[in-house]
Parts: sequence; C-alpha cells; structure tokens
Amino acid sequence: MSAMTSGQTVETVGAVMGTGTTDNAGPQRAPWREVWRIGRVRMRVEVLQLTRNTGLLIYTFALPVVMLLLFGSIFRGKIAGTSATYQQVYATGMIGMCVINGALQNLAYQVATERHTRALKRLRSTPMPAVSYFLGKVASVLAATLAQVAVMLTVGVAVMGLHLPTSLGKWLTFTWVLLLGCTACSLLGIGLSGLIRSENGSAVVWLPIMVLQFISGVFIVFSTLPKPVQQIGAVFPVKWLCQGMRSVFLPDSFKYSEPAGSWEHGRLALVLTAWCVVGLVMCLKTFTWRGRDDG
Amino acid sequence: MTTALRVRGLRKNYGDAAALAGVDLDVAAGEIFALLGPNGAGKSTAVEILEGLRARDGGEVSVLGVDPAAADYRWRARIGVVLQEARDFTMLRVGEAVRQFGAYYPAHRDPDEVIAAVGLTEQTRTLTSRLSGGQRRRLDVALGIVGGPELLFLDEPTTGFDPAARRQFWEMIRSLRTAGTTILLTTHYLDEAEALADRVGVLAKGRLVEVASPERLGGRDHAQAIVSWDEDDRRCQERTAEPTRFIAELSTLFRGEIPGLSVVRPSLEDIYLGLIGSPETGSPEAGPQETGKPEGSAR
Repeated sequence: MSAMTSGQTVETVGAVMGTGTTDNAGPQRAPWREVWRIGRVRMRVEVLQLTRNTGLLIYTFALPVVMLLLFGSIFRGKIAGTSATYQQVYATGMIGMCVINGALQNLAYQVATERHTRALKRLRSTPMPAVSYFLGKVASVLAATLAQVAVMLTVGVAVMGLHLPTSLGKWLTFTWVLLLGCTACSLLGIGLSGLIRSENGSAVVWLPIMVLQFISGVFIVFSTLPKPVQQIGAVFPVKWLCQGMRSVFLPDSFKYSEPAGSWEHGRLALVLTAWCVVGLVMCLKTFTWRGRDDG
Repeated sequence: MTTALRVRGLRKNYGDAAALAGVDLDVAAGEIFALLGPNGAGKSTAVEILEGLRARDGGEVSVLGVDPAAADYRWRARIGVVLQEARDFTMLRVGEAVRQFGAYYPAHRDPDEVIAAVGLTEQTRTLTSRLSGGQRRRLDVALGIVGGPELLFLDEPTTGFDPAARRQFWEMIRSLRTAGTTILLTTHYLDEAEALADRVGVLAKGRLVEVASPERLGGRDHAQAIVSWDEDDRRCQERTAEPTRFIAELSTLFRGEIPGLSVVRPSLEDIYLGLIGSPETGSPEAGPQETGKPEGSAR
C-alpha cells in the first residue's frame, strides 16, 4: 500500500465535494476481502495486547492451576460406585472453568473496559468494519482458552491422574464441546459487558459466574449436589460444558453416576446452541460503541 | 470555493432539554474553523453528529457531500477524528498503534512519516501508557491523520498542554492546513482559536450566536480602541473610534515620539464573554440566521 501524498488529498477534496452529490446511493458494507484483511490486523493486535497484559495472564493461568492443585490435594480417592477419582473429576471441571474465564469473563471485562476508555468510540470513527472487530475478539478468546486448556491438561495428566483419550471419537467430542462452549461464552461475555457500567463494576459479572460454577459441578461433583440445585444448574451452559469434558476424559462407566445415567450429548449440543442464540440476541440488542457515562 | 461541511437547522434534544436548537454552519474546504463555547453549550454534541457518532433529532447535515447518519466505511476513510482525552490501548507501543490504525484505511499515509509529523519518532517503541499528557495527545492526532483525511475533527486537542507544547502543536496543525486538510476544531482556549482559525463560531445554549474571523468577531474591528500614553508623570487614556487620527494629533503635540504609547482593542476574550454571557441581550432572532451566510468565505 503506497503512502498517500498531500497533493492527492487535495485533489480528492475537489473531485468529490465539488458536486455535493456522489454517484453511489446509500451506505454500503465493506467487501468481505476488506473485512477479513482488517480482521487479521485486529487479531494480531488483540493477541499482542493479551500477551502484554501480565497481570491478567498470571490471574488467568494461575487461578485454575491453583484451584486444581488445592481441590486435588483436599479431596482424594475414588468416587463411590465409580472407577474415577475426585482428582480426575476436578481436572475436567477446571477445563470448563478455563472456557468460562477465557471467554465469558475476560471478554465481558475487556469489552466493558474498551467501551469505558472510549476505545470503541475511536474505532467506530474509522472505516474498520464491526465484523473485523469481533474476528479479533474471537482470535483472542481462542488463543487464551486453548493455552489455558493446554496448561490444564498438562497439569491434569502430570499430577491428577488424568488420562488423555486415545480414540478419535473422544477428541472429536472434545473439539465440538470446546468450540460450542467458547462460542456461547464469548457471545454471552460480549452481551454481559453492557452490565459493567463503571471501570470497577466487573463484580456484576464475576459474582454470578462464581455461584454458577458451584452449582454446575466445577468445584463440587455434580451428582452430589441436591436435586433442586442440579435442576437450576442444568438451565445454564456451564454444567453441560463440564459434563461434555467428563465424557471425554473420565472412564465411560462414569456416565451411570450422571443424573440422566448417560452423557446426553444430544441435549448438551442443544442447550449450548440455545445459549449461543441467547448470547447473540443479547449482543445485537445491547451492543453499543459508546459508554453509558458518555452522553 | 467548495464546501466541506454544510449544516442547516441542526437540532438535538436530551429529554426535554435542547442541546442544539437549530444550528446553521458552513465550512469551506481547506479552512480551519474553530467552534467556541462554554461547557454544555453543545460543542461536543454538534461535532459528534458531524462525525457520524451520534444521531440528530432534526435538520440537514452534509459532510463531504454525505449525510453522516447514513455514512459507511468509505466516508469514514475520508474523515479523521480526534476525540476528547483518551487513554485506550495502553498495551500497545506508539508505532504499533499508528500502524494498526493506518491499516484500517485503504490509502493511508506512511506511519513513520505520521509519527515524525507529530514529533514522536523517539517514542515509536514506547508503550502508549508511558507517554506524557502532551505526547499522548499528539499520538491521538497521529491516529486521526494516518488515514490521510480530507476533513479532520479535533475536539479540545490541547487541553492540559504546557505553552511550549501548544505552540508545537499549532505548528503541526498549520502544516496540515498547508497540505489541504479541512479542520474543524473545538476549543476552550481563545488564543488557540485566534492563532489557528480562519473563522470562529460561538456556540451558546445550543445556538450559534456569531460566526466571523477572529479579528472581526462581535464587531471587534469596529470597537473603540483605548489609546494610552504617559504625560507629566501620569498615565492618560482616551477611548476613540479613530485611533490613527488621534495618535497623529498626539504625535504633533509631542513633536514626535509619544511616551509609553499603547493602543488596545478589546481582546477576543472580552468579545467572547460578551457573546456567551446572555445571548438574549443581543438580537436573539438575528443570531442564528446571520450565521447562515459564510461570512469569511470571501477569504
């Protein structure tokens, strides 16, 4: 791309403004080639910003590892009536937590901050297409989540007795559950960012997430939760995400101790897809480039 | 003369309060136009409507021949926007930020050249969070001009600058004008408007109460001058509409040099404070209509 000289700028002023009318009627969307080109610029910037945010990185990576080691050392041994250990169950729960942290929580906080610091408003004043902005967010979420899951799997296998599956089918399940979970959590994260109205208001999002993790079987074996709590948990996506992870990494016989006596992959896909739709509607209804304190 | 910006009867309400109550404005291509006004006068509201960042409630707006409310990415590629104080993307270095924004524009300027133009070459590898207030503001301008805009919006660009930094900044803005960029500037500083603008518009209570060149604003050029001089160890003063004739007489009286001579016109600030004090005291009907004519177009 060549640098534009000032002489060219002047010519354009005269050419376009002289008539006061333009040949093209109405606003047009940027062509997809342009959306993708600028999207790649945004992806690089987002991932770069992620790697520079040392505080967030430490929190994001250390929290699940510390939790896993903590729970793994407190609760040991086999879960009654199954061949799985508590440590293995926690390891799968923490993978679910990584998705929630990496996608939902980080994104809600990031987008809210960018709105608050008027980064979004500045971007809005440029020709950058909105889709390119979201492509960048997708890349940062995927990078953060995949890196966290990799760390979790390494720790799980090394000290928690987690076994990586050997069948292709289980890895396929792992992939679609992870992608669907990431998508649902990302959309919900962007949707929920509107609730964070001030710079220090992120408690609005992380407090409910914390509660959700307790009633969804992240910190406590799901089947040991009281029935009414299980039913509330089953409404939300976190429970299904963790159940999907258990179906990949735990012995197949563990499914008999799940509430339904099976892994329920069909229902799992349905619930996560439904939450994707809810998240998308929230984004479309509530996403603004401007903060609430800004007029 | 071509028109960069044309506004007729622009209105915007927040609840029952009218932030803009019928604003007419013309800005010529290549002109630096300064919008003055107290806080809450509607400056930022007006500018954000022109930038396509805010919806209006009434009136006609055409910016570079396009209605900003129906503008698309092609139109945004032709304008540059410098918002009020910003502190975003603190994790990026200066060079990365400018390159990133350049990449959004189809025909952008060379990022290194832009960084040099705003005097940040030495800070190219500095994180934006480590910049001083003035440097940060110059980065904001770099991001506004990297796309090679035909029209640049500057919203209170020098707030918090020290005097030397402001002078440097003004030089940079003048060089943009020389290169053909039209500039719409809002500012609190009257000396800034006087130093930079071809014309100024005074916005008060949602109306443009006056549009003129800084020298002529509010009839400043016709206002009585105050001539003062020293005579017999005391300071004398005379208000006159004809200072030249008066000084000539005075000079004859002193047979040459007049001791301690000074001639003062009312400052832009005096005129401005008069204009915004109570717009109703002037001629409330004449105000907005008069501004419909681009007075400085004869420039």
